[in-house]
Amino acid sequence: MNQMDTTPRKILVLGATSGIAEATCRIWASQGARLFLVARNAEKLAAVATDLRTRGASYVDTAVADLDNTEQHPALLAHAVNSLTGLDVAYLTYGILGDQAKAEQDFNTAAQIIYTNYMAPVSLLTWLANFCVQRHGGTLAVISSVAGDRGRKSNYLYGSSKAGLSAFLGGLRNRVDREGVTVLSIKPGPVKTAMTAGMKGSEKFADADKVAQSIVKAIDKQQDVLYVPFQWQPIMFIIRNIPERIFKKLNL
Amino acid sequence: MPTASGTTPELNFRTPDEQFTGQAPFESWGRYPNYDANVVPLHWQSDYPAVSSGMHNGVLPVGMGRSYGDVCLLSGGNLLVTTGMNRLIAFDPETGLLTAEAGITLAQILDFAVPRGFFLPVTPGTKYVTLGGAIANDIHGKNHHVAGTFGCHVTQFELVRSDGSRKLCSRTENPDFFAATIGGLGLTGVITWAQLRLKPIVSRLIDYEGIQFHGIDEFLDLTRQSQDIEYTVSWIDCASTGKNFARGVFMQGDHSKKRDTLKPSPEPKLVFPFDAPGFALNHLSVSLFNTAFFHKQIHQRVVAEQDYEPFFYPLDKVLHWNRMYGKRGLLQFQYVIPWEHAREGTITILKEVAKSGLASFLAVLKAFGDVPSPGMMSFPKPGITLALDFPIKPDKSFPLFERLADMTSEFGGRLYPAKDAAMTAAQFQAFYPQWQQFARYRDPQLTSSFWERVTGDKPGL
Repeated sequence: MNQMDTTPRKILVLGATSGIAEATCRIWASQGARLFLVARNAEKLAAVATDLRTRGASYVDTAVADLDNTEQHPALLAHAVNSLTGLDVAYLTYGILGDQAKAEQDFNTAAQIIYTNYMAPVSLLTWLANFCVQRHGGTLAVISSVAGDRGRKSNYLYGSSKAGLSAFLGGLRNRVDREGVTVLSIKPGPVKTAMTAGMKGSEKFADADKVAQSIVKAIDKQQDVLYVPFQWQPIMFIIRNIPERIFKKLNL
Repeated sequence: MPTASGTTPELNFRTPDEQFTGQAPFESWGRYPNYDANVVPLHWQSDYPAVSSGMHNGVLPVGMGRSYGDVCLLSGGNLLVTTGMNRLIAFDPETGLLTAEAGITLAQILDFAVPRGFFLPVTPGTKYVTLGGAIANDIHGKNHHVAGTFGCHVTQFELVRSDGSRKLCSRTENPDFFAATIGGLGLTGVITWAQLRLKPIVSRLIDYEGIQFHGIDEFLDLTRQSQDIEYTVSWIDCASTGKNFARGVFMQGDHSKKRDTLKPSPEPKLVFPFDAPGFALNHLSVSLFNTAFFHKQIHQRVVAEQDYEPFFYPLDKVLHWNRMYGKRGLLQFQYVIPWEHAREGTITILKEVAKSGLASFLAVLKAFGDVPSPGMMSFPKPGITLALDFPIKPDKSFPLFERLADMTSEFGGRLYPAKDAAMTAAQFQAFYPQWQQFARYRDPQLTSSFWERVTGDKPGL
């Protein structure tokens, strides 16, 4: 896709105040994109929107919404595509890490993680996929996680919610490909963002700006799956293929 | 489904209780001294002071940690890292006024400003410092003789105090806090955003000239002749004695007036990969390096067009060059001596350094001009400044630093807190007699290892 000699791309960002979303939007803003940003915190959303306008986005509109509220989704998404006057890319970055230890003891915590990371995205993507199919075009770029490739004891609730999301995206891609719609599953390893700030070893995590560059490139190339940084693809290949009787003894 | 279990959809902020557990070593650029602290990131202007309520043992806002000594450290305390707070707020392409959150780096500002035909009004020798850090240390650059310090170009900023109050500071609004915060070492409050005036450029190129000199008198002659040139700095060989004593290369430049591309420079590619072993840096290797550097410029005078990147940031292209000094780290020693004793003081100190046999790779000599800084505690004043790098050798480095600090004091000079981990409380208080007046503007929650060391503010030390 060449955005330089066409009209500015129309991009909807769900979860716009996350570290990866912000870094990605800065690249799009410098290309002059039209952006519609959704996040829960009004003050943070306003700071991000101001930054992107200053960096050269040709249009920035925002909506404050709690995306866990699935009943609002159709109205919110209709308003967004209306405001953008169309839709080229829907970028879904919304998710939580959750508290694994608590979720092991308390189903409500577990259910919250699954709801936020799987159920709510399914609601958003169902509407968005149908919208794109009707128009025979568009890209749905969705952040899943390498953690969804295999459950492990340190974060299997987060991981299983992302595994569900990854499987959903695979099926959706299979359905909408013939309609000219692209579905990109993004599987980042750990990234330095607010979500991981202060974690042990976080100084070794990937830089959000570099991850964002890879995501923009993958969207432009209409790629299906992106492991980022790319080293995670062979790493996860190995981890997926460790026999279960060995895997269950490992401390991962 | 429930939605209100305290999680935020867009990010999972850790509770303050969890944040207290994050003990981690935080290194300054000199890697000396070495203290553990609780490292807590600030991502949003609203994070402070809520994020630090209930924190004990003091709090210090820090940026990229590029200060050399302990002004960006707080042993056993809490470091609030501001680099996530790096959004732009406004830019006026007519006036060049840029407003941005304080955790933005000068590199990020350049990436934005250069393609729009603007440049930093003052820049230090690295672009990996934050806007807030540049204000807190009131940094200077190669154009100090015409432009003054960084603080001279800051029009206003917001200061958040631990009591939750927010102060807009400028020359007319809260001017006392404006003066105390510029050069205030991050102790007056957390700077959330700042506005500064960028300068227009038409090219990314610098018209560069390098001139060899032999001795301080030739350096002073060149300094006098280059008063109208915007950027001047000298590298000086401080390992040589005899006829090569105080030889060096005088480097000067102006932004090119020829219209040219305004692409920002690409990211550095080289990373210094490991901690050099202690024996790698000795008097012999430094002498060889210095001799090679001097003769790298074969001719007495070299004229060239140069990208701004190698001109301003020759070391940034090697990320983590501080590892060259090994695990024990390095310390810079930087003084300014006023004009009346500048020549004599510089010669005396260079002789002492050569005599000590302790090596300094990167000795930088520069004349400061007389543009006053708005900052109360600002380091630069008219005269000569010399910056020397020393690898840390505890038994040898500190006695030398002590002698050099005493000499600086005798010649009426003072040392630069951003480069210091060695001056005594008595020396600091003599160098900066206004420190007690400044202390009245310090936020009660904010402190640093440097501040505790040079004021004795922490009971029991």
